[in-house]
Amino acid sequence: MIEVRDLSVALGARAVLSDVSLTLSPGTITGLVGESGSGKSMTALAIMGLLPDGARATGSVELDGRNLLPLDDRRMSDVRGRRIGMIFQEPMTALNPLMTIGDQVAEVLTRHHGMDRDAARAVARQRLDRVGMPGERFPLTLYPHELSGGQRQRVAIAMATADAPDVLIADEPTTALDVTTQAQILDLLRGLVADEGMALLLITHDLAVVGTAADRVAVMQGGRIVEEGATQDLFRAPAHAHTRALLAATRHQPARAGPPDAATAGRPILQVERAVRAYTLARPAPLAPHPVLRAVDDVSFTMRPGESVGLVGSSGCGKSTLTRAILGLDPLQSGRILLDGEPVTARMPAALRARVQVVFQDPFGSFDPRWRVDRLVAEPFHLTGRPCGWRDRVAQALAEVGLPPDAMRRHIHQFSGGQRQRIAIARALIIRPRLIVLDEAVSALDVQVRAQVLDLLARLRASHGIAWLFISHDLSVVRSITDRVLVMDRGRVVEDGPTDRVLDAPQSAAAVRLAQAMPRMPGFP
Amino acid sequence: MKVGLIAGAVLAGAALGAALLSLAWTPFDPAAMSIPDKLRPPGSVHWLGTDQLGRDILSMLMAGARTSLSVALLAVAIGAGAGVPLGLAAAAMRGRWVDDAIMRGNDLVFAFPSLVIAILITAALGPSAANAMIAIGIFNIPVFARVTRAAALPIWTLDYIRAAEVAGKGAARISVEHVLPNVASLLIVQATIQFSLGILAEAGLSYVGLGAQPPTPSWGRMLAEAQTMAAIAPHAAIAPGVAIVLTVLGLNLLGDGLRDALDPRLKARLA
Repeated sequence: MIEVRDLSVALGARAVLSDVSLTLSPGTITGLVGESGSGKSMTALAIMGLLPDGARATGSVELDGRNLLPLDDRRMSDVRGRRIGMIFQEPMTALNPLMTIGDQVAEVLTRHHGMDRDAARAVARQRLDRVGMPGERFPLTLYPHELSGGQRQRVAIAMATADAPDVLIADEPTTALDVTTQAQILDLLRGLVADEGMALLLITHDLAVVGTAADRVAVMQGGRIVEEGATQDLFRAPAHAHTRALLAATRHQPARAGPPDAATAGRPILQVERAVRAYTLARPAPLAPHPVLRAVDDVSFTMRPGESVGLVGSSGCGKSTLTRAILGLDPLQSGRILLDGEPVTARMPAALRARVQVVFQDPFGSFDPRWRVDRLVAEPFHLTGRPCGWRDRVAQALAEVGLPPDAMRRHIHQFSGGQRQRIAIARALIIRPRLIVLDEAVSALDVQVRAQVLDLLARLRASHGIAWLFISHDLSVVRSITDRVLVMDRGRVVEDGPTDRVLDAPQSAAAVRLAQAMPRMPGFP
Repeated sequence: MKVGLIAGAVLAGAALGAALLSLAWTPFDPAAMSIPDKLRPPGSVHWLGTDQLGRDILSMLMAGARTSLSVALLAVAIGAGAGVPLGLAAAAMRGRWVDDAIMRGNDLVFAFPSLVIAILITAALGPSAANAMIAIGIFNIPVFARVTRAAALPIWTLDYIRAAEVAGKGAARISVEHVLPNVASLLIVQATIQFSLGILAEAGLSYVGLGAQPPTPSWGRMLAEAQTMAAIAPHAAIAPGVAIVLTVLGLNLLGDGLRDALDPRLKARLA
């Protein structure tokens, strides 16, 4: 059992944690929620003894009555791994790409117990079986790149729990995963905590994840725990204003216009007709035929002008490939895509290309770090020719997304994730396209920022009549912003209907799986 | 960090300043011989002493800096001028035959031992500073092509390249507008490394008599000529040796410092 008492951490003159007290008892899951920068990860690092250089910590972190804070690096590294395990957000970078999964799990045991290699590998096998990676499908000799994201996270969990630690710290363990995989990983963590009596600290910005998985919840804001209590009580009767604000943002439904009238809407803005995109894979054996992966397999659908459509499915279902084809970045093998009645190709004329724009998922990768905001936002003018008053147009587009005109002269690294996503929307808006594709555009944002961006999208749709194609694995986001939703599974569209109907009464197996996997907060339908 | 940048700039600037100053003025004529004054130790008249023919070593060092820097600079310009566009093209056409052709051509050049071939080229074309420059420059091309391609490949996977494609920009335009500025800091570091290697290569070629020919002064030849007299007049060998070491050190420090100073992300972190 770990007891954190009055833990304060300062980096230079700035206090990053103030009087944090937290008890992690065996067999319970404690959720730690808050927005980015609220001190969640810093708390985890302080418990692990991994604070950055120059950080000063006061208070105590007691593991069974022994204060860990004053321990030196060598003693602390013995405690880490043996008594405290950790799982990170990004399973790809947490595993060594050059080591087999068996060796990585076994290494924990050989290092801390001097166990010989064969015995360690036998234990590693048991641990991988326990995390749902049975020996017949997942031999110890696999490498991380041969596994999916969810499977890698299972290996990371096997590593973190190989030595039966007393405490497991999971920092955003499911944020990089799609909803169905997220539900499986949360199930696995709950099972491990119940069976092995570990204490689990589950750090996340997603209240729904905490609501489904945690026994107790602590809410952080500005380096303090502002509220702490049993999950059910906290969700039903939040006492602190910040908790209430977070819950309201999670449940937020932007006011939105109804779907456009089918009769008056005119020609469809987007028609996808029997689209097929197939990839040839490497031969499984010499001289064997190349297997073919049909990433997009005979997909057809239509969008009307001003319509807001969701495209959902678990990762690998083909939605990203379809997106690239709609943007004219990847060719189709057969079938066709019509934008405003004209075919989409890699070499389509600029005037046609100007009718579709895109907003990407990662607010950090979607801007050239060396360009200033005015030049970044004006980039799509390449398609239409730069009008003489282009700076005013940039200022106007920034104003539409709620940013001041002086943002134009700054570099992109001076903006937060939410601001960057607004700039991305401004860039998509500036040439007034008829269709904007949003590729997981709010997944990386904190709940309160996400609510603001969703409001912005709803407002822009009402004022400009732009059609949105909203690609996501997060059904709650899709519910709040779309009229109609398409469900994709293994390259095919398996369900197409009004959003409320598909989410409340799904018919296809894939839609049922997605709806069931969606984390639900207590007191929220 | 900042100390390195300043020290590097001072050292490289001193070499450059000496080279520029030698165009207008040197304490003595670097080519003027005066046998009675041979092998004078450093003193008030000849600050760094004289060599076996009585030439003023300081004057020869200043004029030699001109040779070394211009040969190395033009060799880097040849290498970067051809190598960077090749690397950008290979990255833009990644996985296609153009990429393969460029990179296998690179491997071919890399497969030859560079200094030996440089000796061969200068021996075949006749020993001169210009031919040394060309020989060193050719072997800089694959270095720049490879570094450019390796740095550009991960950039092509980023979303802002997708955004530029959606804005209708072609591969060539994206390479120039987005890829090149983002690999520039690496190229600057590589250029300073190649620049210092060029100075060493020029010194090496001159040392074996295939670089700049007399009476054009050269640090490499000064070393070679002073070598036989090292026991009785060590100053004649030490002066050009120290000049080479300090210039190369200065360029390396300058390259590292420039990389940190030019990157807006690093700047934000330091601020």
